[in-house]
Amino acid sequence: MAKTFRVPEIIVNEYGHGCCQGCGHGIVNRIIYEVITEMGMEDNCMAFHDLACGSNMLYAQKGNAFSGAHGRAIPTATGYKRMRPDMLVFSYAGDGATYSIGMQHTIHTALRDECMTAIVVNNTNFGMTGGQMSPASLLGQKTTSSPAGRTKELNGNPVDVCKIYATMDVAYVARGAVNNVPNVNKTKQYIKKAFEKQMAGEGFTFVEVIAACPTNWGMTPAQANARIADEVLAQFPMGEFVERSAK
Amino acid sequence: MLKEIICAGFGGQGIITTGILISYCAFETGSQFTWYPSYGSEMRGGTANCTIKVSDEEIASPLAKEIDILVGMSGPAIDKFVGSIRPGGYLFVNSSLVKDKTYRDDINVVMVDTEALAKEADNPKGANMVMIGALVKHTGIMSLEGTGAAIEKYFTEHGKAKFNEANQRALKIGYVKC
Amino acid sequence: MAERVVMKGNEALAEAALRAGCRFFAGYPITPQTEVLEYLSWRMPEIGGQFIQTEDELTGLHMLMGASHAGARVLSTSAGPGWALFHEGLSYLCGCNVPAVVADVARLGGACGGISASQGDYEEVVHGGGNGDSQYIVLTPASVQEEVDLVQEAYVLAEKYMNPVVILTDAIIGQMMEGVELPDIKDHCLDQEWAYKPGMRKQAAGWPSTGYDVYGPYLLNKWAAMEADEQRWESIQVADADVVAVAYGISSRVCKEAVKKARAKGVKLGLIRMITAWPFPKKAFAEVNPAVKGLLSVEMSLKGQVVPDIKLATECKIPVYTYLSVDVVPDSDVVVETAEAIIAGTAKEV
Repeated sequence: MAKTFRVPEIIVNEYGHGCCQGCGHGIVNRIIYEVITEMGMEDNCMAFHDLACGSNMLYAQKGNAFSGAHGRAIPTATGYKRMRPDMLVFSYAGDGATYSIGMQHTIHTALRDECMTAIVVNNTNFGMTGGQMSPASLLGQKTTSSPAGRTKELNGNPVDVCKIYATMDVAYVARGAVNNVPNVNKTKQYIKKAFEKQMAGEGFTFVEVIAACPTNWGMTPAQANARIADEVLAQFPMGEFVERSAK
Repeated sequence: MLKEIICAGFGGQGIITTGILISYCAFETGSQFTWYPSYGSEMRGGTANCTIKVSDEEIASPLAKEIDILVGMSGPAIDKFVGSIRPGGYLFVNSSLVKDKTYRDDINVVMVDTEALAKEADNPKGANMVMIGALVKHTGIMSLEGTGAAIEKYFTEHGKAKFNEANQRALKIGYVKC
Repeated sequence: MAERVVMKGNEALAEAALRAGCRFFAGYPITPQTEVLEYLSWRMPEIGGQFIQTEDELTGLHMLMGASHAGARVLSTSAGPGWALFHEGLSYLCGCNVPAVVADVARLGGACGGISASQGDYEEVVHGGGNGDSQYIVLTPASVQEEVDLVQEAYVLAEKYMNPVVILTDAIIGQMMEGVELPDIKDHCLDQEWAYKPGMRKQAAGWPSTGYDVYGPYLLNKWAAMEADEQRWESIQVADADVVAVAYGISSRVCKEAVKKARAKGVKLGLIRMITAWPFPKKAFAEVNPAVKGLLSVEMSLKGQVVPDIKLATECKIPVYTYLSVDVVPDSDVVVETAEAIIAGTAKEV
């Protein structure tokens, strides 16, 4: 029987969600809300978006959602989840927010093993402010704030938060990508597992998603997806890094 | 009538607790009070003090420039505050520790051998109770009965009711023998 | 039934918040505020609320944002340098129009300063507070009982105006103990109008980036209503006074003593004790003796931070003097001496 793909009812397009062509955010948003729909949690989810490109997704769905301050989506989500533990609560932010200005929350929320899900869309740069270097930019990557390319001497190595989390006692850590269909499907499974573990009260769950930013990478969407396969996934491989057995 | 009191001594002598107990007695016997601790580097420096004001009217500042009563548990503490006592005021000296000192003759000096009396009351940790007993007797700022009841209530509320009898013994010895 | 107990100001602030229905605290230790955090670390779980010791001060306010959006009554507290880190979250809470109660137990100095008492955070708390046009009510308790009463009121005001409310206190009020009457414990229902609830499907950015034609007037009306209706103060013998002291918090208690001392020796000193710092109690000055010789700002700051507010409130029509005591509590005798000097014409106007 032929498979029919339907856009979940909770996803809306009427506002026009302001992403560039080939941007990964739309795909990540789509699979998040597919999972939520499959779980029957459309009326019981609460998203905390960061500012910058991620906040465009605020209006690309019609579930409960709120845009926190720069880098603060995770603690804002923490406050909400503590008071309403029956809700499916996730933060949604980029690599710039999560690994720079919000890095203290990225570490301490995991140390406290807060029962929530943090989703990070890693496109290796600060998208909305015009493509500056982020802590996840690759060595050699030319950005508007590393015009000669990132160097270890000046900027240090790119940060791999999945590796950091692997040393910590959290419920689930995975990294996916949305550069091709098999990876999209795999990433969707990661997100589903993270949400299910959260709702089972297992603890902190985290999914990083490698996504394209053709505009700031100076590429076509196809070139950008090829860069993910050739370069980004070599630095940041996909996979499940932590899966703690249920308490 | 406003009474201004400083309790001072070494950290660990129960200075803060003594001050809290005096405050609590004032509170339970229907007076207004303020209690203010010294805090900051002094806490680590080995000395401790707190200021208590007791009055039947609203109390303005919780701090005192001049005082009516000094409870001096150590030599350095007495040296620091003895000059602040108003003429006719009271100095209670912990004479178990502070010996061979001469004092101003315009104040009432009461020697309280807290350690010996606490032992006599079979309550070796009751030095501050002995001191409060002596203070109540000489200054009359609170009644002995009211003070005893307040201390019993305080310890009961703090889960230490088992010390009640020993505390009352120490309080009474301080009252009777000083 | 109301309960009479002995408590430290900081602990009373914490307990009063609980009794007002606060079930979420997130904060960071800093002297002289730490007792609030320590007290709630055991008391909050005991009553079924949430307590989080955060990675830094600013995190606390963003957690408040989340918990307030869940419909909860929330609290965070800090002091001095920690207050500087509060600005981001405070501006955001204002921008999101959600209720929250936040307190500054002020300490000495700029930079890391010192841990002794001070009122040097006035400008920052009352006129600073965060980026952009953000404004909130600032309440200034002068006793442990008033900590309790104003914290209770703060939650009501926060929800009346959908805005954070700030308690500005100091090391002395925070550290001192007094007898206090505590109200009954209230429960607070999470399903408030502003809360994100199941089945609601609401999306919102904090401060709207468009729609100022509507949002601007909304804010202006809100601030105007606060200014009109929420000025609070206590006047003591101002109608016949030759000099009126203006003070808040610990300094106002010293001034109360000074009024008694001055009156006992025939010096006509009065006092306006500010209970709100914003809105500044401008209305209080209408009751002052029209022939008053001067207003005396008594505060623990180097700059005389309340002076501009006094001058604006009186349209610079009455001479203003100061008695500034930086890291020691003002002395009531000096307040009286300064009042005498103002009457004698030997004090220097600011």
